Amino acid sequence: MGFVVALAAAVLGAAGAAAPSELSDQLQASLARSGVEHPVTAVLLNFRSYDTLLEIGVLVIAGMAGISLASTNALEDPALRSADSLLYALQRWFVPVMLLLAAYLLWAGADRPGGAFQAGAVLAATGVLMRLGGLPMAFIRPGILLRLGLVLGFAVFLLVAVAGALNGEAFLAYPVTIAGGLILIIEIGLTFSIGMILLALFVAAPVTDEHEPEEGGGL
Amino acid sequence: MSGWLDGLLVVSLLVTAVAVLLSRDLFRAVVMFMAFGLLMALAWVRLQAQDIALAEVAIGAGLTGVLLLDAVSHFRRARPQHRSRGTE
Repeated sequence: MGFVVALAAAVLGAAGAAAPSELSDQLQASLARSGVEHPVTAVLLNFRSYDTLLEIGVLVIAGMAGISLASTNALEDPALRSADSLLYALQRWFVPVMLLLAAYLLWAGADRPGGAFQAGAVLAATGVLMRLGGLPMAFIRPGILLRLGLVLGFAVFLLVAVAGALNGEAFLAYPVTIAGGLILIIEIGLTFSIGMILLALFVAAPVTDEHEPEEGGGL
Repeated sequence: MSGWLDGLLVVSLLVTAVAVLLSRDLFRAVVMFMAFGLLMALAWVRLQAQDIALAEVAIGAGLTGVLLLDAVSHFRRARPQHRSRGTE
């Protein structure tokens, strides 16, 4: 109860404080140099890209922990999910539309709400739908392709960051002329990796417990 | 008009949040959690944070909900099995 009171006091205290107003002015002033037109994307992938780099690092670690906890049996047998014929028919319509939506969100991130995280989540949702519909997905097997897919976004991001540092600028500072292109490249990598990580976390969950006793029986 | 909408949104957010916490049935709690996520996304839109609203719908309500539903189904499957193992 004391915690609730302290929390309420903190919230009320924060609500009373004046919001820092100079931040949005600074952002508007330097938006032209960011390479994108949407202020949120400019902050996430240019001005505060260090935070985003660490975020995708955390996601990669979470994905690795997820797939290492999974039993390999569950990952390698896509037929364990019950294949519903209605779901299968529906996803033949849904999957292309969702892939298109993910691509749109990725592209829209430059000048309106959207971006890599949202597009990656839609990509992962597409994968979940495919998985539930019983579509075989060989690429999600624990192998070199899965590992490469998981780290691709982080690797591209880090590469661009280090290249900027080697080029004589600060770590994670992009040259103004090609900032837009670099952000797009990073976002494509991030979208792919975020989709793979979220999907791997879903697929890595043990599919059925009933199959475990049967393994020893040799059925 | 928008004041009524915001008030309704706050009330329904609180109701769904309490329903998630107090629900005895795990499936019901997960459904309530997803409803909470969708309402929260509406709240983000009202706060003019469309980016967070998109992420909330996709990750908060969608993917987390699917993962939680998956976990609930595992719980349901695991419990009777352990009982039958105990009696055998």
